[in-house]
Amino acid sequence: MLISTRAKWGLRGVALLYLLLLLILPVVIVFIKTFEHGFGTAWSYMTTPAAISALWLSILMALVAVPLNTIFGVGAALILVRGRHRRLAAVLDAFIDLPFLVSPVIIGLALTLVYGIHGWFGNWFASRGIEIIFAPTGMIIATVFVSLPFVVREVAPVLAEIGEEQEQAAATLGASSWQIFRRVTLPSIRWGVLYGVILSTARALGEIGAVLVVSSLVAGSTLTLPLLVYERTQNPGAAGVTGAYAAATELAVISLVVLLTMTVLSSRRRDH
Amino acid sequence: MGVVTLYLSIIVLIPLAAVVAKAFSQSPSALWQSISNTESVRALVTTLLAALITAAIASVMGTLVAWVFVRDDFPGKPVLNAIIDLPFALPTIVAGLALLVLYGTSSPLHVHLAYTRTIVVVALLFITLPFVVRAVQPVLLERGREVEEAAASLGASNLTIFRRIILPALRPAILSGAALSFARAVGEIGSLVLITAKVPIASIVIYNDVESDAPHAAASLSLVLMVVSLIVLALIRRLGGRVAH
Repeated sequence: MLISTRAKWGLRGVALLYLLLLLILPVVIVFIKTFEHGFGTAWSYMTTPAAISALWLSILMALVAVPLNTIFGVGAALILVRGRHRRLAAVLDAFIDLPFLVSPVIIGLALTLVYGIHGWFGNWFASRGIEIIFAPTGMIIATVFVSLPFVVREVAPVLAEIGEEQEQAAATLGASSWQIFRRVTLPSIRWGVLYGVILSTARALGEIGAVLVVSSLVAGSTLTLPLLVYERTQNPGAAGVTGAYAAATELAVISLVVLLTMTVLSSRRRDH
Repeated sequence: MGVVTLYLSIIVLIPLAAVVAKAFSQSPSALWQSISNTESVRALVTTLLAALITAAIASVMGTLVAWVFVRDDFPGKPVLNAIIDLPFALPTIVAGLALLVLYGTSSPLHVHLAYTRTIVVVALLFITLPFVVRAVQPVLLERGREVEEAAASLGASNLTIFRRIILPALRPAILSGAALSFARAVGEIGSLVLITAKVPIASIVIYNDVESDAPHAAASLSLVLMVVSLIVLALIRRLGGRVAH
């Protein structure tokens, strides 16, 4: 299109205004609200025992879910792209995206139906004194569920693109399959794996829907950082919802770091 | 291979099967009653309508934003381009809280949308923003502007060029971005939980059902949402899109 300068400015203006009102202003205002009573107040809300425990619980969620899903993700991607069993790969391919498509609240419901006291395996676990629903264990399972597809979906296209020639060459030279994986496959998919890891981490730290259903919402034991934002908004303390803003700011800072890493990584990935 | 299948079964398939089993563990008439009662129907209609409006606005605005990023140049473009992905990185509860501050009862812009259907759509537009933009951007980049310039040199108006040349090329990308936005919007809860109050949203009705110990009602409504998701998944596959971004 040969667009007149005026039309160009118009389109640019509309696009920028849309981004400003929808994306930028809301995030900026959370920062402003957090520090409106001074940095000290905000800091004190970020360092209450409940807030510190919430941060640690969120980190714990990511520390369990991300490694599990990374190992699964690389394995599943190998089956999808390199597997000899095409039919199994097709079935797997159809099921892997379910965590992205199913509502997080349904994921929470599903876990209570399996691990809750009236659930399929609830009794079995309860009789052994293992608490899952309304306990951190259930929240970890929920987090694993929601962050499951990221690594698979980042690694599979890379695997498909690099092709099999180098792996076959290594095999004819007598390398074992573990050696081929360690020395040939893994180095060429590492950026994809890393990108998937970042996305899973962001999701694990930020998940609320599924975790909300299986958490007992008790500060200090089953509140993650996003749940703390929720809880502090529902039950504002003496100082109003500043506490919620402070926790939201912590999460926003984490996500900005994630975003920065993603941007750096994708330009790196393009160079390789 | 066995381990991967087992892992997927334990984490994903068995729990989802439990929801389906729960929904069908009641008599067919009870199942129908849970789905067709006034509250469920209102929630489903509101949710699907909000998702549809979101997908429509996201298609138009997403295409516009992508066009500006590819064909226009202005200071700060790279930073802004990176920020487009923020909704994927930002926890949805933060998005909800942020919109409540900006458009809530004490809105600094004096735009009061809290607890209305409008703010539901705004929240859904926020969380689905990257889908259409990121689907359209690479297609626009790859096409270049030669064909458009050729059409212009043959006397085509801008509207004709947009309708006959740009739009047909972008249609698959826009549709797949819109379908992803719709799927995401139908199931969304995190960004809505603080801002909806009495607006009946399906995911929040399900959550309240679980909280009030009504698993049959929750499972029935979940079944409907899962069927909707599967239809959208089939549609996305047909369009050749990816579910992950």
